[in-house]
Amino acid sequence: MAKKDFELTWKEIPVGSIVHEPGNASEYQTGDWRSQMPVLDKAKCVKCGICYRFCPEPCIVKDDEGYYVADLFYCKGCGICAYECPKDAITIVKEEH
Amino acid sequence: MAKRVGAEGSFAVAEAVRLADTDVVAAYPITPQTHIVERLSEMVADGELKANFIYVESEHSAMSACLGSAAVGARTFTSTAGQGLELMHEVLYLASSMRLPIVMAVADRALSGPLNVWGDHSDAMATRECGWIQYFGENAQEVFDLTLCAFKIAEHHDVLFPVMVHMDGFHVSHVVEPYLLPDKEELGDFLPPIDYPYPLDPNKPITMGAFAPPAVYSECRKAQDVAVNSTHGTIENVWNEFAKRFGRQYKPIETHKTEDAETILVSIGSFNQMAGVAVDKLRSEGKKVGLVRIRLWRPFPLQAFRQAVKSAKNVVVFERSMTYGGTVGPVCAEVKSALYGIKDAPRIMDFIGGLGGRDMSPKQFEALFKRAQEIFDKNLDIQYETIGVRE
Repeated sequence: MAKKDFELTWKEIPVGSIVHEPGNASEYQTGDWRSQMPVLDKAKCVKCGICYRFCPEPCIVKDDEGYYVADLFYCKGCGICAYECPKDAITIVKEEH
Repeated sequence: MAKRVGAEGSFAVAEAVRLADTDVVAAYPITPQTHIVERLSEMVADGELKANFIYVESEHSAMSACLGSAAVGARTFTSTAGQGLELMHEVLYLASSMRLPIVMAVADRALSGPLNVWGDHSDAMATRECGWIQYFGENAQEVFDLTLCAFKIAEHHDVLFPVMVHMDGFHVSHVVEPYLLPDKEELGDFLPPIDYPYPLDPNKPITMGAFAPPAVYSECRKAQDVAVNSTHGTIENVWNEFAKRFGRQYKPIETHKTEDAETILVSIGSFNQMAGVAVDKLRSEGKKVGLVRIRLWRPFPLQAFRQAVKSAKNVVVFERSMTYGGTVGPVCAEVKSALYGIKDAPRIMDFIGGLGGRDMSPKQFEALFKRAQEIFDKNLDIQYETIGVRE
């Protein structure tokens, strides 16, 4: 979507409200639903990518150094990455809004 | 060449579905619609119709299968009645909001309880806000013609809405009548192959039926409302094209002796044929009465309706659906809403009858006119009466 959903007028709604752009869910801010967030300890991380594979949404991305980090605009803070991390490199911390 | 054949309204619908080269039929049998899907199942088994017949376990599944079928761009038909239509209810809204051109024949039936399999409009009226285009055929010929037209309307790129073709359970579905059945050649290119513009395709992925939060849901709803209201022109164009080719004209609002009528009866469905007999008799006695038959029910043809009743001082509604705790029945509510506030608005009275398969004779329609006159003359504060019941 070129425009954010709250900017669309009714005339811009596609027929049948069909979404024509695959994978555009990550452009929708669900980060503000979160009450807790993943924090990565790079000292412990071995860049195995298990968190990336287990994340149920496409919100973990590889950064320039090869670490897998969560996109906090999209991450809902479910904690699966922390649960699956074999090195306990990810901790889930409470977030204040 | 068209053949004059004798058949039930149900079989006439099945013939229209066959001639339309329907790709998928997903349906569950229920009285009084059963003969439609039975006949279609037979046609598929005998190779007369090269369609996939999906035998589902419920009407909810039938409509769900239709969603999938229409979403890949297949010409899709189903049929139901009464409780079956109610079981489909939540999926009906998905078909219209996802703009899937499904055609469904409904042999209108009473709703339980008490259990009753006979005809009335309880089921139709309960689904009137589900976003489908809905119209009524009054005999075998009409339901044949209107089912054929339904595919052309639903699949038209300016429409892309599902269409319900209503027919009175038993009074149309089970009555053997003569009708003209055209052959494939005569049909010609009236109904071109379906060309659904947004078919599901792994090479061009799309999402249908996605979620819409408060930030955009209202916009989606308004877009759908505007779209369904803009289908009037195409519906009429298709019916006009049908008339040119086959000589039978359908209109959103049909009138009978209304030009100078002071009292106009407004009704929906096959009982209009009895009402017409009563109107003719009263006319022969010098009474200025007329009949307005609502054919297109959704989207409601507001201007055509206002035009049709403009001479009337009194409007009398007859409808086959009870209101429970409402001010009037659903058809009369529509009529009142359509006429409220216009200049010289007529007085309006509602009669509810013909419930659960009970007949209405021309004599009873005459009595209905008389009773309405009495109510108007005495200025009684009565919104509706249930007629034809033992007191």
